[in-house]
Amino acid sequence: MTIEEVQNEIIEEFAMFEDWEERYQYMIDLGKDLPLIEEKYKTDDNIIKGCQSKVWVHANMQDDKINFTADSDAIITKGIIAILIRAFSNQHPKDILEANTDFIDKIGLKEHLSPTRANGLVSMIKQLKLYAIAYQTQLN
Amino acid sequence: MLDVQKIRKDFPILNRTVNGKPLIYFDNAATSQTPQQVIDVIVDYYSNYNANIHRGVHSLSQEATDAYEQARIKIQKHFNAKQSHEIIFTSGTTHSINLVANGFSSLLKKGDEIIVSALEHHSNIVPWQMLCERTGASLKVIPMNENGELILSDYDALLNEHTKLVFVNHISNALGTINPIEYIIEKAHAVDAAVLVDGAQSCPHLKPDVQALDVDFYVCSAHKICGPTGVGMLYGKEEWLNKLPPYQGGGEMIAEVSFAKTTYAGLPHKFEAGTPNICGGIAFGAALDYMNHIGFKNIAKYENELLDYGTEQLLKIEGLKIYGTAKEKTSVISFNVGTIHPYDIGTILDKMGIAVRTGHHCAQPIMDFYKIPGTIRASFMFYNTKEEIDAFIVALKKAIMMLS
Repeated sequence: MTIEEVQNEIIEEFAMFEDWEERYQYMIDLGKDLPLIEEKYKTDDNIIKGCQSKVWVHANMQDDKINFTADSDAIITKGIIAILIRAFSNQHPKDILEANTDFIDKIGLKEHLSPTRANGLVSMIKQLKLYAIAYQTQLN
Repeated sequence: MLDVQKIRKDFPILNRTVNGKPLIYFDNAATSQTPQQVIDVIVDYYSNYNANIHRGVHSLSQEATDAYEQARIKIQKHFNAKQSHEIIFTSGTTHSINLVANGFSSLLKKGDEIIVSALEHHSNIVPWQMLCERTGASLKVIPMNENGELILSDYDALLNEHTKLVFVNHISNALGTINPIEYIIEKAHAVDAAVLVDGAQSCPHLKPDVQALDVDFYVCSAHKICGPTGVGMLYGKEEWLNKLPPYQGGGEMIAEVSFAKTTYAGLPHKFEAGTPNICGGIAFGAALDYMNHIGFKNIAKYENELLDYGTEQLLKIEGLKIYGTAKEKTSVISFNVGTIHPYDIGTILDKMGIAVRTGHHCAQPIMDFYKIPGTIRASFMFYNTKEEIDAFIVALKKAIMMLS
């Protein structure tokens, strides 16, 4: 599936929920399915700055596609990074770089998109795209 | 007696909803809300007599100057300073602390020592580290115990003839501990050290008497005492303020200027360079009037009831741990529930209209002491109610259920 297709799938899933409680409950559940980062990559270098909770992200490339793994010490943050990783994992670096992220708005998590928000969603997106730039450079 | 329902009518913001739920505001230790009486003063200033002060010969300037200087006198009386020129208007507590720290850089030398407490806010640690880097003085720390109280025998042992300055907050922002500043001041004076007390967290709850305390410097911000942001004060004993050099150069702080030499204005203007926050200063005075009208004894008594009630209700929740259990504390409750991250609970509470603070509260050394990433902090003011605490407990239980 393309990034856009995955994003549309996530939007459809969230559209089933009637209130914030169900949305958050689902996000918490998604966090539990997050592809976990290996302990050895949980280093200070892999911590995303700008989050009130700790978020670690690691990336590797296989067959020209990037796979992300992550973890966080907060469950909601874990849910947010899980949603991002689901959209961006197993994709070509160029597609990740070109992808837009307004699906976050469409699934009712707009409040997390503010750059001043302490959860660092914006920093997470930036970090995933930075990995894509790095791998794209390798491919060129 | 304090009529909380009547008081709540003074605060328009308490009528609003957040995420469709009535706002429950428990982040008072970060900033307090503003009553209509103070909002009216701000509107009146900009509607009727906004002008630059001290220099104008015209009527508006004179009115604004009078109101600003009246506010200084209100602050002087509130804190019982001997003279009004011992009150310096600043942009807030952090500015006040930096002003003193900067002044001390010309008074300290290598080998001198500064003592701070382990209960400090970051804004209280960094200026002293910078001062030590500039002067070669060293920084000593009064440790705290598991309850969040300073260990006074350790403080006694730190004091010596090299101690030049002791810096401590009156009340800890992260834990609510009320520090025994009378003792700290007396002991510091015995070795001729000056004492600076940070009153940012104490001034909303009690009325310090700077002469009775015999404190050398006392600082606070208006926005925690029902006033606006961006204004605060530094109280300093006249003899100390005269010893410190000016902090910033600019208009207002000079007596005469030539390219050969400038002579500085006297107190308080020496420390008030540039056009100040005039409206803020006047509103600061109005906020103190408002609080004094309710009465600090009434406020303390009522807030203690909220603290006791909140503590009792919270402790009924399984796995909940309160950090900061000092015998003397104010209406601040810092806590965690099991291993749930404070950020998660804060986020869910916000969805239910409840404002609390989560994180390290700019006091990482305290969090390191307890080996936790942060806490959830609920802090109450005299306009909060037991009914709000009940609603908060219900919401908290729901958050715990969702997150477990």
